[in-house]
Amino acid sequence: MAEENKTDVIVVGAGPAGIACAITIARAGKQVVLIERGKFPGSKNVFGGAIYAQPTREIFPDFEKTAPIERKTIEHKYVLLGENDGTVISYRENSDENVSYSVIRGKFDRWMAQEAVNAGVTLVEEMVVRDLIVENGYVKGVKTEIEDYYADIVVLADGVNSLLARQIGMRGKLNPEDVALSVKEVIKLPEDVINSRFNVESSDGSIYEIFGGPMLGILGLGFMYTNKNSVSIGLGVALSDLIEKGLRPYELLDKLKAHPQIAPLLKDGELLEYSAHLIPEGGYKKIPKLVNNGVMICGDAAMFVNNMHWEGTNLAMISGKLAGETAVVALGKQDFSETELSHYTEKLENTFIINDLKTYKDLMSGISERKKEFLGYYPKKINEFFKMFSTTESIPKREKYHKFIKSIFTDRKLSDLFKDFWAVIKLLWSILVK
Amino acid sequence: MSDLENKLYTVKYTPDSESHLLPVQECCRICQSKICTVICPANVYEWDYDKQKLIVKFENCLECGACRIACEDSSLGWCYPKGTKGVMFKQG
Repeated sequence: MAEENKTDVIVVGAGPAGIACAITIARAGKQVVLIERGKFPGSKNVFGGAIYAQPTREIFPDFEKTAPIERKTIEHKYVLLGENDGTVISYRENSDENVSYSVIRGKFDRWMAQEAVNAGVTLVEEMVVRDLIVENGYVKGVKTEIEDYYADIVVLADGVNSLLARQIGMRGKLNPEDVALSVKEVIKLPEDVINSRFNVESSDGSIYEIFGGPMLGILGLGFMYTNKNSVSIGLGVALSDLIEKGLRPYELLDKLKAHPQIAPLLKDGELLEYSAHLIPEGGYKKIPKLVNNGVMICGDAAMFVNNMHWEGTNLAMISGKLAGETAVVALGKQDFSETELSHYTEKLENTFIINDLKTYKDLMSGISERKKEFLGYYPKKINEFFKMFSTTESIPKREKYHKFIKSIFTDRKLSDLFKDFWAVIKLLWSILVK
Repeated sequence: MSDLENKLYTVKYTPDSESHLLPVQECCRICQSKICTVICPANVYEWDYDKQKLIVKFENCLECGACRIACEDSSLGWCYPKGTKGVMFKQG
């Protein structure tokens, strides 16, 4: 073992989890090498997206002063699309407390990584870790295309596909229902056009969370985020549904962009970039074994995504920080056993990360079982209600109400209605009580 | 150009000379769904009926990993391209 190729900790993957982990270790005065396969951090990453101020401040206390931020979110719109119509619930508040900011990963991840380098992290770019070095039951380092590197601890923050966690048996096989395939387009529009179309000032932005439309009846959601000079629009659909229905993801996105409720917002925009990425959706039941001798897993690689609330980067950052803190203590004791590193798991269990994943552990399967109803029939029905309520055709209102209520009982079998009701109760129970 | 070609035209790549996606053609021949030819967001896979062979346009790969998980009998060999190669997102 060449001594120059040995460091305290190697972190694989310079995304939010890996960077948060590496910077935590470097700030404690330990040696850490952060390996990124892309040309620069962020160049292989795609998200909605927005980052959250509070968890980001935990890693970068003053990030708002220097980080490349696009817009501060002042509005969340929940958009329920029918075939051609749509109903929108909008929540708007302009405050600085616990806000989120839209960012471009190619800029923001790069900024975070530079902060890490400034704190003493050694960043290695354009290098793929192909294998882990395991000796006497301990992970001892990594094999890259160029050479082998050794460390007391290896942290896997290598993203949703985490081939490394799979290789050493810490993670099982992922099935199509455990991931969503997301496609996204970033569409260039002049700043003032965005401001007027989305009714915001230059520094402020809006997030659209889109249900239905081309995804009526399938397990998929759309999103739209305003950046400074562009709008990001995309969708994520359970891979199992794409397979089952033989759908092409970019065709769904084209339909979403053409929806009458969306198209005017993007009119005359120029496509800057198309991208795709997987989202880990397996939740609590698919969390891998998080620690083993000499190794910990964080971020997407650990399935840390809260799909109900569109959260991922925050779970990544906090899990990375906790892995980093655990590594620092382990280095102090020179104990890299699974028992010592298990403090990482214990810490995680006391945070929102594991608690939230537990809260929603039955959500996806619950919705998936009745997706035709919850993501198809009801969104259409809600739009139908508002159509009935907002149109005038010289028919007495009571007659219209009666007709609408009757349709709920005649559209489908009564037993289906009962099943829906029961499924909602079960879901609420699992989220609020169990 | 098709709609997808227009989209892919906006993506910056540094293509490798050899593929990082390695289907086992014997498995592809008997695969019923050939689902990779449908779900791939970059339409990397195409079934050549004449040659009975899966064509892999790996240079268009967005490295999402969907094909690896969707592959019916998990026979697809899938790894990341070399460190200097593959897709480079600027707007992710």
